[in-house]
Amino acid sequence: MVNKLSTIFSKSGLRQILMFASLFLLFTFFSIASPNFLTYENVVAILLATCVNGLLALGVTFVIITGGIDLSIGTVMTISSVMSGVFISFWKLPVFIGVLGGILTGTLAGFINGFVISKMKLPPFIATLGMMMIAKGLALVISGCKPIYFMDAPIFNKIAMGSIIGKIIPGIGEFPNAILWFILFIIIANILLNRTALGRYTFAIGSNEDAARLSGLNVDKWKIIIYSLCGTFVGIAGVIMASRLNSAQPALGQGYELDAIAAVVIGGTSLRGGEGSIIGTVIGALIMSTLTNGLRILSVPQEWQIVVSGIIVIGAVYLDMMRRSREI
Amino acid sequence: MENINKSFPGVQALKNAYFELKRGEVHALVGENGAGKSTLMKILVGAYRKDSGRIVYKGKEVDIPNPRVAQEMGISMVFQELNLMPHLTVAQNIFIGREPKKKNIPIFLDDDEINKRTKELLDMLHLKVDPKVKVSELTVGKQQMVEIAKALSFNSEVIIFDEPTAALSEAETEELFSIIRKLKSQGIGIIYISHRLEELKQIADRVTVMRDGQYIGTENIENVTIDKIISMMVGREIYETLREKEVEEGAEIVLAVRNLRRGKILKNINFELRKGEILGFAGLIGAGRTELARAIFGADPINSGEIYVKSKKVNIKNPWDAIKHGIGYLSEDRKRYGLMPNLDVKTNIILPSMSEFLKALGFVDDKKAEKVSNEYVQRLKIRTPSIRQKVMNLSGGNQQKVVVAKWLLRNCDILIFDEPTRGIDVGAKNEIYKLINELIKEGKSIIMISSELPEILRMSHRIAVMCEGRITGILNSEEATEEKILKYATMYEDQKEVLI
Repeated sequence: MVNKLSTIFSKSGLRQILMFASLFLLFTFFSIASPNFLTYENVVAILLATCVNGLLALGVTFVIITGGIDLSIGTVMTISSVMSGVFISFWKLPVFIGVLGGILTGTLAGFINGFVISKMKLPPFIATLGMMMIAKGLALVISGCKPIYFMDAPIFNKIAMGSIIGKIIPGIGEFPNAILWFILFIIIANILLNRTALGRYTFAIGSNEDAARLSGLNVDKWKIIIYSLCGTFVGIAGVIMASRLNSAQPALGQGYELDAIAAVVIGGTSLRGGEGSIIGTVIGALIMSTLTNGLRILSVPQEWQIVVSGIIVIGAVYLDMMRRSREI
Repeated sequence: MENINKSFPGVQALKNAYFELKRGEVHALVGENGAGKSTLMKILVGAYRKDSGRIVYKGKEVDIPNPRVAQEMGISMVFQELNLMPHLTVAQNIFIGREPKKKNIPIFLDDDEINKRTKELLDMLHLKVDPKVKVSELTVGKQQMVEIAKALSFNSEVIIFDEPTAALSEAETEELFSIIRKLKSQGIGIIYISHRLEELKQIADRVTVMRDGQYIGTENIENVTIDKIISMMVGREIYETLREKEVEEGAEIVLAVRNLRRGKILKNINFELRKGEILGFAGLIGAGRTELARAIFGADPINSGEIYVKSKKVNIKNPWDAIKHGIGYLSEDRKRYGLMPNLDVKTNIILPSMSEFLKALGFVDDKKAEKVSNEYVQRLKIRTPSIRQKVMNLSGGNQQKVVVAKWLLRNCDILIFDEPTRGIDVGAKNEIYKLINELIKEGKSIIMISSELPEILRMSHRIAVMCEGRITGILNSEEATEEKILKYATMYEDQKEVLI
């Protein structure tokens, strides 16, 4: 018990409490400002809107903790959706193969990123910038610049938009499966980062890459694994996205990488590497979608919503840096 | 290790180097900075790959391509520049790469187990540190002990210590020695790299000397004097440049620092610098010397305190203010903070004084710039084929002179040299000392931060010693000895353990 308390009041624990508090404040503010905000349907809408960005953010959290960056996640997500569409609608393969194919497309892109970064020694920014453009172009080429619809496989849409919980507990109303998938992968990501060797080495590489190498870690191998893992999360996001829209949209996706990175950064993960948490990232993603949703309910034009998000990113990171410099 | 060769771009770091180690012996490896000791050892632990030569381990020729292989063979190294991951805990650092897994769920790491085993290791070292504390929260000395614990945890048969006592207090050093003796009695071979030759008599059995990347010789420690070792280390070229001018009586105080504080890094710093004086700053790594220099230079913010230049109180908020008041800082990391390596000598010299070389519309007056930089190249004897040469192609000593030139051109009367001779060879060192002598003869005043005690002792008029962000003593050159400096340098405020 004492142990638990000391963990909560340690520095990283304090940071997470502060982040919860800011999310809570945001919720309170919008609830007072508009009666339409704090309704069951709207909260579910916020959660649903968090899923895709949240999944991308979960993946890229690992990469950012190593001190790297992945700019390709937005368009790799697109190509993952497109590949699902190709498998299911063009080739008429079973849905589960389409899902798997979409996810593995993401994994492959991540693997290539990791390979180029660790073996060819390109800076992550450049390597993933290249991948961003490659994936964007390929998504357009493969789809013929047209959306791919999943008309023949109605079950595909149910992956994200079905409501298992709604069926089990009849009174609860619509609760899209996408949110359940998101929660499942939050748990998986949290376990991977905090309890497995992979997570430990993610922190080790970000904390001091040379020391990690001299400690006998095969840093190149682990970087490839970490970028592949990020790609896998991106692939999952792609499938969820396609399922939600019931179509693979080849022109959608660019720009998502920056929203995801913003969520990670708001969540207190340092771009210099070595620190970060899954919970932080989830709260960061929730803050962003709550903000967008709340501003929309208050009828703030979409252009201005983007401006406010930008201010929040700068403000959140500035506050975090201030707090950290005081610790010294 | 026989005939080991290794080149880096521009230098041959090792030329047919040789080293041997017997089971259960403490074998010291000595030589000046840049003699190739660390490089040779890094090859042995797989951090570098050799260009040629062979390594024979337990009678068999071996190849050591990476650190993992070395660890598995039982060779580990306690590095000089600390080699820990600051965001991880003590236990996580020690067991990185070989974490035990939980028995019931084998993909989960068993942190309780590593905490337990770390506790045992730390107890063996009589170190009261919580295994669950992040390494960044420990003092440098404690971090070093964690490194040692890590080496012990490998059940190594060969452990290399690279200057292990450089950051340790006397008590900690004693502790370390008793551990080394214990390891030795278990048949473990110890390679001990140190600059503190007097230590060798206490701990080493044999000593091997290296110079300029070459093997010079091996002696039994009983049969050799420290003087003999020194002469082997420096060869014929013994440099003994001394300061050449004393401070004039009643010399003006050009810089006074009063009650300067910055968080836990600088605590209540007070000192004065007189005209024509060389004030040495000694201390262990992490004592706060560089931080002090940066604070005076305005590169880091201060919490409180006053700085007086020529008896006038000045407000230095950034390096620009400092330069305006005639303070120049020569960073220990020349390439990072002192120079623009990709630009030529001329540009580097005139850059801080650019406004004096501008014509109408902001064009640079190239003729004037060339004339002035040529003057400085001659005056400071900077060896460069032309002022158009890129600075990165100059030797370390000449790079240092370029930095000096740019501050002189900017009319700086107070120069802060931070480790001016780090990483440059013996001949170039002498040039730097001569340059410093020239500067004080011209009436410049100098703060010289250095970790090389002989250098500080020979050059300084007075020596300020720092420990944990405080000045623990200021010694006159007549009373200063290496022992006294070390005593002040390890005067820790309290030996309170870091426990959370």
